[in-house]
Amino acid sequence: MYVAVKGGERAIANAHALLAEQGRGHPHLPVVDPAQVEGQFGVLVSRVMTEGSLYDPELAARALLQAQGDVLEAVTLVRSYRTTLPRFGYTCAIDTSGLAPQRRISATFKDLPGGQQLGATFDYTHRLFSAAGAATPDRRVSDGVDGEDQAMPRVADLLGAGALIEPDAHPDQDATQPGDLTREPPVFPMSRAERLQALARGDEGFLLGLAYSSQRGFGNTHPFAGEVRVGEVEVEFDAPELGFGVPLGRIEITECQMVNQFTGSAETPAQFTRGYGLAFGRSERKVMSMSIVDRALRSAEFDERVVSPVQDEEFVISHSDNVQATGFVEHLKLPHYVDFQAELMLVRRLNEEFKESRA
Amino acid sequence: MTADLIGYNVGYLDEQTKRMIRRALLKAVAIPGFQVPFASREVPMPRGWGTGGVQVTAAIIGEQDVLKVIDQGADDTTNAVSIRNFFRSVAHVETTTRTDEATIIQTRHRIPETPLAEGQVIVYQVPMPEPLRFLEPRETETRRLHALEEYGLMFVKLYEDIARFGHIAKTYDYPVLVGGRYLMAPSPIPSFDNPKMHMNPALQLFGAGREKRIYAVPPFTSVESLGFEDFPFEPQRFDDPCAICGATGGYLDEVITDDAGGSMFVCSDTDHCERTAAAPNDTTSTATTSTTTRPNPATPNTKAIA
Amino acid sequence: MTDERPLLEVRGAGHRYGLRYGCRDVDFDLWPGEVLAVVGESGSGKSTLLGTLSQRLELTEGNIRYRMADGLPVELAGLSESSVRRLWRSEWGFVHQDPADGLRMHVSAGGNVGEPLMANGWRHYGRIRETAAQWLERVEIPADRIDDHPSTFSGGMRQRLQIARNLVVSPRLVFMDEPTSGLDVSVQARLLDLIRSLVSDLGLAVVVVTHDLAVARLISHRTLVMKDGRVIESGLTDRVLDDPHAAYTQLLVSSVLQG
Repeated sequence: MYVAVKGGERAIANAHALLAEQGRGHPHLPVVDPAQVEGQFGVLVSRVMTEGSLYDPELAARALLQAQGDVLEAVTLVRSYRTTLPRFGYTCAIDTSGLAPQRRISATFKDLPGGQQLGATFDYTHRLFSAAGAATPDRRVSDGVDGEDQAMPRVADLLGAGALIEPDAHPDQDATQPGDLTREPPVFPMSRAERLQALARGDEGFLLGLAYSSQRGFGNTHPFAGEVRVGEVEVEFDAPELGFGVPLGRIEITECQMVNQFTGSAETPAQFTRGYGLAFGRSERKVMSMSIVDRALRSAEFDERVVSPVQDEEFVISHSDNVQATGFVEHLKLPHYVDFQAELMLVRRLNEEFKESRA
Repeated sequence: MTADLIGYNVGYLDEQTKRMIRRALLKAVAIPGFQVPFASREVPMPRGWGTGGVQVTAAIIGEQDVLKVIDQGADDTTNAVSIRNFFRSVAHVETTTRTDEATIIQTRHRIPETPLAEGQVIVYQVPMPEPLRFLEPRETETRRLHALEEYGLMFVKLYEDIARFGHIAKTYDYPVLVGGRYLMAPSPIPSFDNPKMHMNPALQLFGAGREKRIYAVPPFTSVESLGFEDFPFEPQRFDDPCAICGATGGYLDEVITDDAGGSMFVCSDTDHCERTAAAPNDTTSTATTSTTTRPNPATPNTKAIA
Repeated sequence: MTDERPLLEVRGAGHRYGLRYGCRDVDFDLWPGEVLAVVGESGSGKSTLLGTLSQRLELTEGNIRYRMADGLPVELAGLSESSVRRLWRSEWGFVHQDPADGLRMHVSAGGNVGEPLMANGWRHYGRIRETAAQWLERVEIPADRIDDHPSTFSGGMRQRLQIARNLVVSPRLVFMDEPTSGLDVSVQARLLDLIRSLVSDLGLAVVVVTHDLAVARLISHRTLVMKDGRVIESGLTDRVLDDPHAAYTQLLVSSVLQG
């Protein structure tokens, strides 16, 4: 009965108890430990960390358990905790070329300095169910190449040396500190740095759909996967009073440099342009989608006509945050009977007026 | 960091964030009706469930405050209960259901029937702060329209209503002009409540968490509901008194009582309803025994309206 | 035409797209009540000139001076955005080639004509509607279509509605971009006739861009001929079309006569 929403405190308490009971599963089975989730659901944990904007696998695992596997609920949990943490400062920009990746592929060059390294990937697995209980991995066979010993310069930098690709950052972007979306109100139009922050937090599914739409012709980006790499990087805290970075530890990241065709304009010769994607943990789908959308959103820089949703900054950025999206869609569950009453009275009045006019 | 060290600040938000929100509030009060962008934080409830109101309340609430939270006018709707419990646990404040005892009233979709007094603050939860949004979807363009005070478009909408229906057909979130300058969305309160905003002695604060905007109406500020000279704004009215307390002149909820078209009208403001019902000398009040808890509408004292 | 100063004084005006000029070195005066046609082939720079004059495109070089209703001259390039928008609300109009660009297609005809009035502070529904109705009559739209959306109108009616929406606030200067080119020949003639009579009744100054010399002849007092971004000939319309001096204009005129 609808009036039951006026049930108050007891209803809420009961609802919470019931939720906990449902989340527990069969009482005879052991409770899952967050460490198991962290270890065995690594990809899922990566997604919660990325969209939750907080690198903490243990906390993300705990959030997933508490949310009974609801990713968006877990992201909300992580974000609402993250936002209460005091801000001591910022880290130095991480150097993704400095550390050897555990996985690194380029679709643009057959071979390149440092070589291709397949690493851990689902790409060439056959999507066949493995026998139950066969969870123990096969032993690794040595391929005679130890990737960790070789320098692996970034592909985009190799092209950059020949001026065939635009510089890493726009020259006039270097002068200013990038904004911080979680501390400053977003105002359109955004800087590219702010856009990338928003995309990094953006919903993987939404970005995937947008990236796909651009590949199918709704905003053509002509992308090539210049490089996808997964590996650990050193994070350093920027302590201004010290004058040098203080190492904090290593985090695992996935990075994508998408290389896009550009035919040049009156001012610029033809060269390749870049789209960029970065995410915590192992998140290849996310960073590839992100880099395609990033490039599509740079239409204004290259005087490209904005004709498709993926190129529209306000549209993409305003709707990519799944915490906002799910909240607003689901808030329709809240009572609206005051506004509905107002509409009900209006519809009745209009109905009567209609009948009178026909009488 | 280990999970066992997780702790939250008093009032939930950290002090830096509270200061940031207070700065936005000060700016909002200084420019009545203007939407101030603010770096809205995540709070432990979903976006669209009052996160803007919660952040505003969290930024202004102190230990001496007495908080009242209503949703649809009622203190005991689940969302109101949830937000009230949240502040009780994170800010350790006293809460009340009585409008006149509260120093801060957080609300969704209603303004209490009991007139607000000087010194009180009412915090509105706002889903869509931009009154022009459904006429012009672009933020860059609506900002310009506000800056240049170009509100012709809003009147086109009202014109179209009159041309089509013979009267304005907007019943809630009815647009207002604040201080003779800024067009403002009053949040989805029924147009019935609009007149209460005008020259109100209380400070009115509006928080839109998902849309990251804060705005305000300072005490004793003019709030004009839009209309034409020959088709002025007309708030909705109810013909019947409340079936429980007998009060007239308040906003009523229609409650379906059976599956044969029966329904009854009861006060949407539960505090107002309880106190009217309890007042012994009030001639307008009908006989009812319940004073402290809201009676189940499906009891025999219902008035069937077929 | 009793004012002794021009409404618009254009000197050396130009607009550049990247390294290429869309139009350049344009000089002319426009007097109150005067209709000026800008003719040329597509790509001649006439639409760029119109965009530059109407502040839709940036003035890259030169000056455009406009005399406001209060008689004071202003440099258009120096005006703030809010001043330019005020001009659009009260002193200027723009008639687009495609009426869908200048109308709200899902707002009634009355709402379309009433909007400029409401933007200027009109707050009496009855008077707004009455004025809108008068204007619909003036542009020959039946009174019973006042509550219909322009999406249900024919091309000619839409264009007449767009003209009414522009003229309802009694502007002093109206820009028109190929106002008749999307229409059938018979509809064109009727619309041109309407524009001519409205312009003379209201004493409007008009800059009309057209590739059609017949349009220039029918409604304009003076004509500028453009080629490759520059004005190659200008003068009274009858003189330019009957006795063209520039070889290019002679070619244009003769091609029309032969066609």
